[in-house]
Amino acid sequence: MTLFELAVGESAVIKEVSGEKKLVRRLFDMGLTPGVEVYLRKKAPLGDPIELTLRGYELSIRKAEAKSISIEEEKQ
Amino acid sequence: MKTFALAGNPNSGKSTLFNSLTGSRAYVGNWPGVTVERKEGTYLNKKKNQEAKIIDLPGIYSLSPYSPEERIARDYLLSGEPDLVIAVVDSTNLERNLYLTLQLLEMDIPVVVALNMSDALAKQGRSIDVKALSDGLGVPVISISALQSHNLDELMALSLKAAEKKRVGQTVLSHELIAKAKDIYAAEDVPSPLFHAIKALEQDEVEEKDHPEAYRQVGELSVDDTLSSTFADARYRFLEPLVKKCLSGKETKAKEKLSLSDKIDKVLTNKWAALPIMALIMFLIFHIVFGTDLLYIGSIYSAATGNSLFAEGFGGVELIIDGETYQPFADLFYSTDGVNNLGEFLHMLAGDNETGILGCISLGIKQGLININTPTWLVNFLYDGVLGGLAAVLGFVPQIMLLFVFFSFLEDSGYMARVAFVLDRIFRHFGVSGRAFLPMIMGFGCAIPAMINTRSLSSEKEKIKTIRVIPFFTCGAKAEFLVIIAAVIAGIVGVDAGLFTFLTYVFGVAVALIAVIVMTKTTLKEEAPPFIMELPSYHLPQPKALALHVLDKGGHFIKKAFTIIFASTVIIWFLANFSWDYTPIWTLEGEAAETSSILYSLGNLLQPLFTPMGFGVQAGDNGWIYAVASIQGIVAKENVVATAESLSAVAGYGSFADFALASGISTAGLVGFAVFNMLTIPCFASVATAKGELGSKKAYINTLLFWLVTSYGLGTLAYITCEWVWTLAITLPCLAGLIVGLYFYNRPKKIKEVNA
Repeated sequence: MTLFELAVGESAVIKEVSGEKKLVRRLFDMGLTPGVEVYLRKKAPLGDPIELTLRGYELSIRKAEAKSISIEEEKQ
Repeated sequence: MKTFALAGNPNSGKSTLFNSLTGSRAYVGNWPGVTVERKEGTYLNKKKNQEAKIIDLPGIYSLSPYSPEERIARDYLLSGEPDLVIAVVDSTNLERNLYLTLQLLEMDIPVVVALNMSDALAKQGRSIDVKALSDGLGVPVISISALQSHNLDELMALSLKAAEKKRVGQTVLSHELIAKAKDIYAAEDVPSPLFHAIKALEQDEVEEKDHPEAYRQVGELSVDDTLSSTFADARYRFLEPLVKKCLSGKETKAKEKLSLSDKIDKVLTNKWAALPIMALIMFLIFHIVFGTDLLYIGSIYSAATGNSLFAEGFGGVELIIDGETYQPFADLFYSTDGVNNLGEFLHMLAGDNETGILGCISLGIKQGLININTPTWLVNFLYDGVLGGLAAVLGFVPQIMLLFVFFSFLEDSGYMARVAFVLDRIFRHFGVSGRAFLPMIMGFGCAIPAMINTRSLSSEKEKIKTIRVIPFFTCGAKAEFLVIIAAVIAGIVGVDAGLFTFLTYVFGVAVALIAVIVMTKTTLKEEAPPFIMELPSYHLPQPKALALHVLDKGGHFIKKAFTIIFASTVIIWFLANFSWDYTPIWTLEGEAAETSSILYSLGNLLQPLFTPMGFGVQAGDNGWIYAVASIQGIVAKENVVATAESLSAVAGYGSFADFALASGISTAGLVGFAVFNMLTIPCFASVATAKGELGSKKAYINTLLFWLVTSYGLGTLAYITCEWVWTLAITLPCLAGLIVGLYFYNRPKKIKEVNA
């Protein structure tokens, strides 16, 4: 499952980040590393980009990037 | 004196700390990456007789060169110039902020960690064990609050002490290749070998360029492609338990957390309300700053009753100087249009060399000069040339400052980041990210601050594209001539002048968006740059920070506009008043006086060039006025009207409108004139800004050419289409062909990319 498929208001744990090297590096720098818990706070009014809460702050990424991030949904 | 560099994430309060330490002016904003300029100041503690030079680095998230800001910060820290780096950390967001600190620790430079915003953390009911954090990181740590000036002297005392000792870089990473790579760099005598070694293992492009030999040798160590992500991951893995250990107080889960900021966000980025709210905010700002009819009461009243709200505009005092009557405060509070909005009132109050406070001063000086029998040419030079140029620019300052107040408020509050978030989806289709919206919309106010704001864009191409189209967003100065031409055309065609003016605004925006698309598809090809952006919490901007912000930007405007416009006005005044053999034209008789200035012959020479746009040879003998007005417009767009009016008067017409009707050019020619001046090279001040922001000379020259070609081409097209409507039968198919051509031009490459 990827971050793209996560519903608003759900949490998940990042499993793997793939894609262009520079982009992956940036996502890692921003703290989106495997094992981190993210919460999908909301989608922009036009559906894209999305807003995540992780490591205590808000980060916005596009759905295109979200598609290359695989996740494990958190057990409630 | 020791030199300390401030390094930290955007929104970590770095700029506020800089201001508090140095007491000098600097900018505080919420738009990530706003401090690009290198800011320098001096910390002075008279009691303890301590001082230090402080350098404010741009806000960055990492030292891998993702953006120009990160490159700037990295190069400066490695230059050997700073004696110490103060890692500014947002206490309320420790984990991500300390990630940068860990990279700073890898350099051979003393580090002190300043835990900023300790007051905000205390408000959340949490606290940090400073001692434990200091032990974990191996460098001094101190809790501060830059906003409340808490613990700042202690921070500096600690830093001065730490800067006495040398420090060798350390890392939390434990990979077996690091030591080997470090030895390679150490053998080459590169300072901070550990930092470089780690970057080389991360396959960092800058490292490859800066130390090719060492980089190659490190590459032979069978470097794994995934090391960069392994390292980033390892740094966070080190931080997670450390932060957990040091941070006490209740931790709120993301799901439960619904702070005030989130509640505001629920409304402002609401699925249905976000766009209307944004449009309303933008409209209100521009209405308050540039509107001449408060809440459209005047228009509504006249539509309802058939009379205007005020039979006459506000009168005010009358002055008689040199035989002419002036009314410097006419229309100050209200005009026949309606009640003036705040911005227009400020503009009228400041005025130019005939109106407002500046007008009173200028006219006073003129009267004084006449009283002491100053020669007429000198009076004219000082009044029309020098004071005219200065007052024209200064008169705009209060209005522009007001615009800055609103935009700074939106930026500092965190709303601008949401604007980018909301609009990204739309802007991506044009090949730019949502962040490009802010500079573009600012173009409606003034191109100079708009271009300065392109610094926060992440890609160089996006920046170039945005700078190029900013002038197409009609600014206040351009509106002036568009309104006058609109009135003339509206009179002939019989449409509403307001409607025509509105259409020119829409036309400008359309040209801008199409131009961005065309550039994205041709010369500046790229996918829309990624949109990985922090959305800072909303907060009410501090009045002090806001004032500093506005003064900083406003000062920039005054300086740029002042010097360039002042110089150019004097030059143009000279060209308009002297002949080729330096004879002042006022000593010549009648006809000769009009036709012997240098400017006249230049205008005459250039006049035929404007023929395709309908205001060249068609305009006959006095056509040079259009040419000269257009050239003057490149100096400052206000000049288009000012020059056209004054030259029309010289040529014996009551006003530019009278001249335009009599000059023999068609309505289509006037449209061509409007389109050309609207789209062509903007004023000197914005050209100078563009040059500074674009950086490379090639990009700058191409940008000038882009403006010329676009304005000339579209001016011609507008003229031809308006003059002979049937030509659409030719131009439309050509346009369609162009679109199809562009589409196919791009397609094969896309397929290639997929295959690769």
